[in-house]
Amino acid sequence: MSDLPLIQADRAVPPPAATTSTGGRRRRLRLLSRTDRVVITLMVLVPLLLVTGFVWLPAVATVLLSGTDWDGIGPLNEIDFVGVRNYSDVVNIYPPFVPAVQHNLLWLAALFVVATPFGMFLAVLLDKEIRGSRFYQTALYLPVVLSLALIGFVWQLLYSRDQGLINAVFGSNVDWYGDSSVNIWAVMVASGWRHVGYIMLLYLAGLKGVDPSLREAAAVDGASESRAFFRVVFPVLRPINIIVLVVTVIESLRAFDLVWVVNKGRNGLELISALVTQNVVGEASRIGFGSALATIMLVVSLVFITIYLATVMRENRE
Amino acid sequence: MSRPRTQAEYLARLVPPSVAGINRRSLLAGAAGTGALLGTGLLAGCGDDSGSGSDSKNVSVGSNQSDPKPKDVIAKVMDGFKTSSGIEPAINTVDHNTYQENINNYLQGKPDDVYMWFAGYRMRFFAAKGLAGDLSDVWGKLSGFSDAFKKASTGDDGKQYFVPSSYYPWAMFYRKSVWQQYGYQVPTTLDQLTALSAQMRKDGLTPIAFADKDGWPAMGTFDILNLRINGYQFHIDLMAGKEAWTSDKVKKVFDTWAGLLPLHQPDSLGRTWQEAAQSLQQKKSGMYMLGLFVGQQFSNEEQSDLDFFTFPEIDPAIGAKALDAPIDGYMMARKPKNKANAEKLLEYVGGKAAADITVKNDPATLVANTGADVSGYTALQKKAAELVGSATEIAQFLDRDTRPDFASTVIIPALQQFIKDPKDIGGLTSSIENQKKSIFTD
Repeated sequence: MSDLPLIQADRAVPPPAATTSTGGRRRRLRLLSRTDRVVITLMVLVPLLLVTGFVWLPAVATVLLSGTDWDGIGPLNEIDFVGVRNYSDVVNIYPPFVPAVQHNLLWLAALFVVATPFGMFLAVLLDKEIRGSRFYQTALYLPVVLSLALIGFVWQLLYSRDQGLINAVFGSNVDWYGDSSVNIWAVMVASGWRHVGYIMLLYLAGLKGVDPSLREAAAVDGASESRAFFRVVFPVLRPINIIVLVVTVIESLRAFDLVWVVNKGRNGLELISALVTQNVVGEASRIGFGSALATIMLVVSLVFITIYLATVMRENRE
Repeated sequence: MSRPRTQAEYLARLVPPSVAGINRRSLLAGAAGTGALLGTGLLAGCGDDSGSGSDSKNVSVGSNQSDPKPKDVIAKVMDGFKTSSGIEPAINTVDHNTYQENINNYLQGKPDDVYMWFAGYRMRFFAAKGLAGDLSDVWGKLSGFSDAFKKASTGDDGKQYFVPSSYYPWAMFYRKSVWQQYGYQVPTTLDQLTALSAQMRKDGLTPIAFADKDGWPAMGTFDILNLRINGYQFHIDLMAGKEAWTSDKVKKVFDTWAGLLPLHQPDSLGRTWQEAAQSLQQKKSGMYMLGLFVGQQFSNEEQSDLDFFTFPEIDPAIGAKALDAPIDGYMMARKPKNKANAEKLLEYVGGKAAADITVKNDPATLVANTGADVSGYTALQKKAAELVGSATEIAQFLDRDTRPDFASTVIIPALQQFIKDPKDIGGLTSSIENQKKSIFTD
């Protein structure tokens, strides 16, 4: 970034006083050729248009549509506004909503408390260069290559009540995907199976980058293995930790494909994303109602995005 | 939310939108409020734009018959039309699931002159929205359809908007060999059904196979109980949002169902209809309430061992003559590029010649036209056709008789909730009623 002429020019120019600001701008422009200016303008405009068109406009439209009862049929000027009725319906008379919020939080917690630490643990083990570590590495990373949809199929073979492997081997009768008190956990195991490999690889890459002299120094100072890890290695991995944190949050909010494959996000597998899809996609859609759900999800995501941005910006400032 | 009719179709609908791609685009499109623009681009992209009206020897057909077998049958029917009329039909086949999910955008954009769809509320809904062409003139030239089929093709305004081509009834299926082995008799009343189920249980069978992982199979059970307890007209009015779900009539349906639930296969919410059908095929279950497509889970040798009876009578005043038999067929665009050719095509596909071609080439469906030569039917097909022919009223199945948004976002979770906890019928019905009031606003 710092090699860009624009920034260099910016740095070269001492912060101009308010009265001399025009002079400062003129000098800066002179440093850029016409081609530079065209390129920079394009580089700003094209992504700006794309982001506006594909992210901001749909997002704003979603918020606007959430105040209507549009069913996707008819011209836009015939849309009736119903105020906050969709939101009150979501909260008051839509039974899947509360479980969906709970499941989303549960999903986040499970990935955060169980799957992510486990992935880190595996990475630390594999970092020890044990025999066959490449094999384990590949085996554990393999699920990440598969799409969540495919993972749904794979686990279906294990979970099916009448024909699945688990019930066949253990002679049990558990309805893994159908019993609403069990299926969320069953699905999270499948989801975690994939997540662990992802985290493991990210973390392994980070561990390889840790300066070995740090560990040697810790060992010389007489720190135990675990103490050296938590006091020396872990703090050094701060950038990786932030990436892992973000990946975990994103994965939990993205949790959709799996429940959709299993039973379209119903009967114990409600997630906000699945409810949005159920309402918006399809014939005679409830676009207004679905948009209200999507807006709620947007707000939830914004909380995490804000936390992330605040952390990253603080990082940059340091 | 239609019932998949082949395994391939069933698997296709398991693919989540992110994988199918087009669905996520339509989701995005819907969110952006530009659904009409993008969606029609997607479907019309496969369309035949070159013909654009000037050529009077063309007509385009939108087809959702994307599986190899039915696709082949449609091609043969269209060949027949070409031979008889000299008009060249261009078939635009779109994946069944995609077709259905994009139907809104498709119909609002530039749909094909003639498109395939389903009878019932789903048809009436689009007709009422002005997205279908009036086919009353075509119906004046059609023959061989019973009144029930005509009723199912008629919109709210009394005009016809639909030409039926094929259908399949829902009934209680069983294996003849199993019933012979134990000497079971076809029950004609609910008490006999209960007694038979008790006997089956003693004989080590699960009386009624049951699956509702996909949400729609339980609708069949609700429908038939409602038809038997409250009759056809109440079913139609309830589905149209005119009757209260909190009424005693609906509660009686759920009460009766709660009594029958212990006779059904347990843990149905984790089971697909294929798995339930296989328990019938493997002689572990005695009966299975499903559509004729249940036969797909049976090998060719076993087909002749499959038999069915219509769901028994519950209230003698209502009888047992009404049933679910969803009808598939054709509709016309509101502004076809070539109306004369489109009407000719519709007349042909509703006629005897097209039905004969279907009978010859597709052993898995029943043709709607009674004038067709059905000597090629299997015994099961013949019996199914007789059953529907003798029906006084034909319902189209819950998700075809009501608003699709109501069926999929309210009824499916509600029925699953009922299966999970059959005791709280009062709470369940008032929850449905609250949501219904919010959805049926226009």
